[in-house]
Amino acid sequence: MSLTAQKIKELEETADLIRQDIISMLLEAGSGHSAGPLGMADIFTALYFQILQVDPKKPEWEERDRLVLSNGHICPVLYATMARVGYFPLSELKTLRKLGSRLQGHPHRGSLPGLETTSGPLGSGLSQACGMALAGLRDGVKWRVVCLLSDAEQDCGNTWEAALFAGKYKLHNLTALIDRNNIQIDGFTEDIMPLEPLKEKYEAFGWHVLEIDGHNFEAIISAFEEAKTIFEKPTLIIAHTIPGKGVDFMEGKFEWHGKPPNQEEAKKALHELRTLQGKIRSEHQ
Amino acid sequence: MLNDQAFLNAKLFEKDLEQVPSRDGFGEGLLILGEENPQVVVLCADLSESTRVQAFAEKYPERFVEMGVAEQNLASVGSGMAAAGKIPYITSYATFSPGRNWEQIRTTICYNNQPVKVIGSHAGISVGPDGATHQAIEDLALMRVLPEMVVISPADSLEAQKATIEMAKINKPCYLRLSREKVPLITTEKTPFKIGQAEIYFEGKDVTIIATGQMVYKALLAAKELKEQGISVRVINCHTIKPLDTKTILKAAEETGALVTVEEHQVFGGLGSAVSEQISQKFPVPLKIIGIEDRFGESGKPEELLEKFGLTVQNIIHGVVTVLRMKSRLR
Ligand SMILES: Cc1ncc(C[n+]2csc(CCOP(=O)(O)OP(=O)(O)O)c2C)c(N)n1
Ligand SMILES: [Mg+2]
Repeated sequence: MSLTAQKIKELEETADLIRQDIISMLLEAGSGHSAGPLGMADIFTALYFQILQVDPKKPEWEERDRLVLSNGHICPVLYATMARVGYFPLSELKTLRKLGSRLQGHPHRGSLPGLETTSGPLGSGLSQACGMALAGLRDGVKWRVVCLLSDAEQDCGNTWEAALFAGKYKLHNLTALIDRNNIQIDGFTEDIMPLEPLKEKYEAFGWHVLEIDGHNFEAIISAFEEAKTIFEKPTLIIAHTIPGKGVDFMEGKFEWHGKPPNQEEAKKALHELRTLQGKIRSEHQ
Repeated sequence: MLNDQAFLNAKLFEKDLEQVPSRDGFGEGLLILGEENPQVVVLCADLSESTRVQAFAEKYPERFVEMGVAEQNLASVGSGMAAAGKIPYITSYATFSPGRNWEQIRTTICYNNQPVKVIGSHAGISVGPDGATHQAIEDLALMRVLPEMVVISPADSLEAQKATIEMAKINKPCYLRLSREKVPLITTEKTPFKIGQAEIYFEGKDVTIIATGQMVYKALLAAKELKEQGISVRVINCHTIKPLDTKTILKAAEETGALVTVEEHQVFGGLGSAVSEQISQKFPVPLKIIGIEDRFGESGKPEELLEKFGLTVQNIIHGVVTVLRMKSRLR
């Protein structure tokens, strides 16, 4: 399937709005994670506005594709995308992390319809996605499972237990995607716990592996399309992303893993996003 | 009346009482320990800044180990290093260590009886906006049930610092529970601290509040308020949950005849359970256990959550009134 230039432009605009939502939510919350959510905004947009078979008005629809967010700390991008696609009102985004909010600091399944699972503690998502995929295969269902992981989750032993499992059961209805942004809390992944060669590791475990630019909508969408055509193996998409993408002073910096912008920084960030990092001269253009 | 032999902070009941997270005291303790004992090593699971081990890592890079996000490996590598003569401090958030790696701690650390020090930061619901996944409110129970394990829950940052240093001297596995948020600095350098020995901070004869962690401060505030109402309350800081100072606790049961326990932890399995196990078998008196009532935490500001979950001065006072009523009915 090829995307029209018009469609790509629409997706880019939506992703930009989602990035603005993320900045506003984090400023209002006063705590939370900036880099990962901004880096994954394009992928979330592609998933919810193009790839996933879901119905925001019927979050419990039996036939829906299942999205498992394993690295729960990037939930601002999940919440913002869900609001933009119509799961709940945009106005609710400002309740993030507050007492009584459905938007818990890390996603809680029981709090918000449309969440498939609870996450935050790293390294548990792929196993749950495997469980859903295996059950789905055995029941012969049409829906597929998508699991989003971070690169630091590749430090977790549990992730590799699941990777072995998916290979054994040839979970071809499962597509995992790793946010390969090269950062974790204490520094760059290759300094903290070297992961490379990551592609070859998963291939050795029986996966079909693709590497893409995680900010290129055509690449994102065609990778998920390709995954559907692989019938013997689970597919892994290693998505190279820029943490903090769209906000110059956050891009590529692990220091922005777990802090929100302050008033001043949020203003700068929103200006950058509204002008697409200077590509548009005025915010109102 | 305050126990003057406890040498508590002179500003204890003043508004400008200093507040420091107990994890800071741990970080400072590590630096002192690093100089004292070359066998001390620190293992970190991608949380060096927030668990306050960064200064140690910078000062003693050859004694610092970065594990990445791998808490099971953290526990068992720690066990291996202890087997080779080191005193490992393994550090993370309490939900992940000892939460995620409990069996590794059980078998490779406790059953092997290796002197690994498990440091669980971000314990309690006062972790705040991160929400339930990051709020360890089961850790005391998890650690208390393990043979060999020593379990410490300091009341403030200075006590955390002392505990950090003292732990290295006992050749056993230990667990240290730390807070993310600032908590009032109630003790001083001169305040006695000995692992396994509970301390009386407030003298009284009608009832005893046994508290741990940041709840000790709230217990003191409750005792002060009750004193003004003519009720004489004893307050015990029970910083060591295991081995429990049974002597001090049974003495309080005998002398005051009613107990209230307070902890930022599930009511099942923590301080209240430990006290109950002892007094119910040796000297039964009315007991009220104040803690989190069999539910998960949630996102919110630390103070809002403490309020919502009933970890307040008012609720402690209510607990005291309840046990006093039970006590008078027994007479
Ligand atoms: C089991 C577990 N251990 C530790 C943590 C604390 N923690 C939160 S995010 C993170 C790593 C961040 O790196 P990555 O997942 O790659 O996220 P990014 O910064 O790229 O968004 C850690 C160690 C956790 N959430 N779960
Ligand atoms: Mg990362």
